[in-house]
Formats: sequence, structure tokens, C-alpha cells
Amino acid sequence: MTTTEAAAQSAEDLARDLYTKMTLAQACDERLRQGIARGEFAITIWPSRGQEAIAAGLGAALRTDDRLVTTYRGLHDMIGKGVPLEELLGEVLGRAVGAGRGKGGTMHITCPEVGVMLTTGIVGAGVPVAVGLALAARQQGSDRVVAVCFGDGATNTGSFHEGMNLAATWQLPVIFVCQNNLFAEMTPIGDTMHIERVADRALAHGMPGHRIDGNDPEAVYQAVSEAAEQGRAGEGPTFLECVTFRFKGHYMGDPQHYMPPEQLAAAEAADPIPRYRQKLIEAALLSAADADEIEQQAAAAVEAALKEVLSAPEPDGRELDVDFFADMKGIPA
Amino acid sequence: MTIAAETRTLTMAGAINEALDEALAADPRVFLLGEDLADPAGGVSGVTSGLSTKYGRDRVLDTPISEAAIAGAAIGAAIEGRLPVAEIMIMDFITIALDQIVNVAAKARFMSAGRTGCPMTVRTASFGGLGSGATHSQSLEAWFMHVPGIKVVVPSTPADAKGLLTAAIFDPDPCLFLETVALYGTRGEVPSGTHVVEIGQADVKRSGSDVSIVCYGRAVVDALQAAEELAAEGMEAEVVDLRTLVPLDIDTVLESVGRTRRAVVAHYSVEFAGPGAEIAAQINSRLFGRLAAPVQRVGARFRPIPSARALEAAVFPNAHLIAEAARRATGSPP
Repeated sequence: MTTTEAAAQSAEDLARDLYTKMTLAQACDERLRQGIARGEFAITIWPSRGQEAIAAGLGAALRTDDRLVTTYRGLHDMIGKGVPLEELLGEVLGRAVGAGRGKGGTMHITCPEVGVMLTTGIVGAGVPVAVGLALAARQQGSDRVVAVCFGDGATNTGSFHEGMNLAATWQLPVIFVCQNNLFAEMTPIGDTMHIERVADRALAHGMPGHRIDGNDPEAVYQAVSEAAEQGRAGEGPTFLECVTFRFKGHYMGDPQHYMPPEQLAAAEAADPIPRYRQKLIEAALLSAADADEIEQQAAAAVEAALKEVLSAPEPDGRELDVDFFADMKGIPA
Repeated sequence: MTIAAETRTLTMAGAINEALDEALAADPRVFLLGEDLADPAGGVSGVTSGLSTKYGRDRVLDTPISEAAIAGAAIGAAIEGRLPVAEIMIMDFITIALDQIVNVAAKARFMSAGRTGCPMTVRTASFGGLGSGATHSQSLEAWFMHVPGIKVVVPSTPADAKGLLTAAIFDPDPCLFLETVALYGTRGEVPSGTHVVEIGQADVKRSGSDVSIVCYGRAVVDALQAAEELAAEGMEAEVVDLRTLVPLDIDTVLESVGRTRRAVVAHYSVEFAGPGAEIAAQINSRLFGRLAAPVQRVGARFRPIPSARALEAAVFPNAHLIAEAARRATGSPP
């Protein structure tokens, strides 16, 4: 194979990987919302529909042993990083096959085998923990990096700034991934910060901060790859503002009274998934038939995992007495 | 308690320094982080003095004044299997780190079904009694008792401080280690070399048959003084030092109170809804028929802690108040 052919092959592999991750995240999110809407299961999720390009680019750029810290709106991130669907859906649905055997729930999924060390339900809380994960990597002599995802709202918390400052001061290999979906819960970004670009917040901490198109998985892949390379070389943290949009509101069932209809319509018209599909077909990196097949496989994989999860038992009551303290002596019943 | 062959007299601060020193020497996973820990400061109270010089600034890390980041960085490293010892300089500042400790550290093992853990130790100190006022004097240990997932350790002697801190550092779960600045200068015999006091074991600091004074931390010192005062009146008080609040060695408490049939619970944290309320409730429910008198409680008054010495002294417990409570429990008029 010539260098040009190898590059073409690798571009095709990357495109296929990115599109697969995006469609899998979309299929998972849509199937859960469908199940909730038709009363198949009674749970809550915080939909990530619309933000899949970030998760795909991030997941493709990171190594399996690189760490990820994400949030309650993080099912797409976990799929991108490779958390098995059974563990993911099992935890969302509270079954014994879940990542935490039902003790964590959607907002608290951990899967260390693929580097997902923490998922938080508290806005901003993951940032300082990511700094510690990166500190441990340095202490252990590993060149792994840590990516921490959060929304635009989290950049208004004290934890965020404390963590950014410490990562920069200690020059740790952290990639701060702000998924700016333009709304902090139900309040538009313009009402919650007095700056135009969230990425500018990195300047205050002496850290490179880049604003990128969070709806372009290749742009995210490129930016994360560069940040990871920098981190692995001991050259410190990077902040990435990935501008995107959240199609389904803050939580499943959110009536989105706060959402201007024209803003939502415009965002949906620019949906990153069909947009990327179109781009790949035009660039001849994927045929329409290939794209169809990837989409069908995603839906089938989610359906198969869901079937397995729904037939799995609910957690045993004895779960309350294991994995609490390592030594339960003297611990209140 | 394991008593080594050899002991020396050390201050409480010296004993804590020795525990940190020996842990750093024993295990490369151990490291310290916090504000002003490194030399020449060596900690605001000098407790970590000499350690950065001996082990380097990669093992004794000075941090910004960022309590959430100190706790979060310790937690992240602990999740990766390191053994961090984070210092929150003054206990009141732990409010800034509460989200990390309460929502991340305490729940890591449980929510991940054991796939991660958090073997972190948070050292902090109550500065009560120095006239520093309401935001630099509190004893907030009851908050942590109320959150399932954190061990709470409060030593009252130099030997216990060394042994319990060593146990906390190597414990697989998060431990809050609460020091008392007013006791840093207290001297006592401390075993040389490795000394571990098992977390969850109360210690009877003085034996007696008439009343049990259940206490921990600084209140132990007061209770021992109170016991002297009471002995002069012919009353023999037993002083039970809990040493750890979670896990709580209620068996030792019940054994003592079951014998004396009278109990006083004393601590420097606020009496209302304080640790003593839980302990008194457990004594009442387990020994209701045996008790000769209601359980008495002595804690700080339900006020912000004032700065002026005269006012501060009126808020905190002391030996005389504990002795009075013992007299109430035994029906002896003061």
C-alpha cells in the first residue's frame, strides 16, 4: 500500500468509526426516549441528542486507557469511549447487569475498563477530580491523558475554576471539553455569563483555549488529538469549547418553554448526524448503502442490548450491604 | 492498642508528623497536598514541617487556596489507587470542599459497585478555643457522620493520633481525620516505629463504676479532669474515648454504661443535633430498662462561636460542665 493509499484507508476508517459512534449514541438516546414516551419503562434521562459529534470525535481520539469524566448528560460520551451497551442501558434501567448493578443510575456510571472513572450529577464537580486522575497518571509514569466533559453552565462554578487553575499550575495532561449547547439547564447562555466565547476563560488560567465546531466530529477529533499529544508530551492542559446544541431540552419531557422555536428549528436543520453522512457520501468516504447499514446496525445493537437488559433481574436487596465500606464492621445497618 | 517495645514523649503535632513521615517512607503511593504544607512553612501549625525537604515537593504538594480542588485532586488520585493525604487547613474551610467529599468520595465505591474506591484521607483541624471567631473555630464532624460513606476519626492523645492516622492513610475508604489545635502541644508517650490503632475501637481512658463519660477529641481531656474533680467527691467516673465516630464502637459504650447505668456524652461540636444525640439515642434504646438516669449531654451551645475569650468560653463545654452533668446523672446535687 502506498502512503497515499494508507492515508485514504485511514481517513475511511476514521470516518466509519466516527459515524458509527454518532449513530450508536443517537440510537441509544432515541430508543430510551421512545421507551419512556410509550410507558415501556419509567426512568429519567438527560438527552444528549444533537451533541453526538463531540462524543464521537473525543472517543476516537482517545486511547482506551485514557480517562474520561463526564456528566448526567453523558450517555453519548460513554458510548464514544466504548462503554458496553448492556452495562450502560442496564444502569439506566436499574438492572443487575448495569455498570454499577443499579446502585449508580444514569447520572453515576463508572467503567474503568474503558477509562470512564466517574460520572457526576453535580454540575462542575468532575473538573477537580479529573485533575487528580491526571496527577495520578503523572505519579505512575503513564502518558495517559484525562478528558473531562461538562456544559457551558459548569464554567460558572467555583469547582471549574479551581480545577482549571490547578491543572494549569501543575501542567497536568487534562483536556477540558466544554460541550457548549447554549443552555445552562433552562437558561440561555447570554443570561448566565458576560463573555462571548467560553474558550476565553482558559486565558485567565494561562491555558490554550480553542473554540471549535462541536457538530463536526472531525474537528473535535483533530482538536482532541492535538490536546492529547500535548498532554502526553508533558506540555499541560487544553481547554476546548465545542459549540453544539441540545435538541430535546434539559431532561426527557422538558416542554422547553424557554426555547425560541426558530432557534430549535435552525439547529435541527443543521443536525450533525445527517450533515456528517452527507459530507462522507460527497467525499466518497462512505456509500449511502454503507451509511444505511451503519444506522441499521446501531439500532439493532441498541435493540439487542435493551432486550438483554430488560430480561435481566432487578438488583438483589443484598446489594445495599456490598461495595459500601470495604470493611463493614461497626457500620450502621 | 498495639504497644511497641519502645516509646518516647512526643507532642500531638509531633506524633502526627511522625505518622506522615513513616507513611511517606513506607509506601510510594502516599503523598500530601494542601495549603502551605511544604517547607519552610511546613504547615500553618508546623505539623508537616520537614517532610517536603525529606521527600521532595512531588510528594508534599503545596496547593492554591482551593479547597474543592484539593479534595477533588485527592479523590481523583485515590480513584487511581494512590494514597493521598489532603489537608484542609481549618475545619471551617471544609465547607468549600463538601461537594467533593460528600458527593464524590463518600459514594465512589458504592455507586460504581466496587469498580472504583477512594482511599483518601482528609486531615483537618478544629481551631476552637483560640478566639478566632465563628468561621475559624467549628467542630463539624456531625455533618460527616450523617453522610454514609466516610469514616470519621478524632484522636485525643499523641499515641492515638499516630496510630489512627496511620490506619486512616492505609484504609481503603475515605477517612476524615479531625485534629484539635488546642491539643497540638499535648505531650504523651508514643510508640516508635509502625504503630496502628484500628479504626472503630473505643478506648477506656479511665476506669470507674459510677458514671460513664462518653467523649472524643478535646472533650476527653476535659472528661479526665472532670473525673479527677468527681473522684475528690467519691464518685468514680469511667471515661470512654470513642476515637472514631464512624464506625462507632457502640459495644464498648454499651458495656460501660450497662455497668455504671449512668452516662454523660460530651463533645465540642454543637450539642443540638450533635454526635451526642445519636449516641444518647442508642444508649436509651438499648439500655432503657437498665439506666438509672436519663443520658446527659454536654456540647457547644447553639450559637455562632464568638471571638472574645469570655464569650467563647461560655459557648464551649469544659471539665466543670461535664462534672455537673455527671452529678445530674447520679442524682448528687452540685
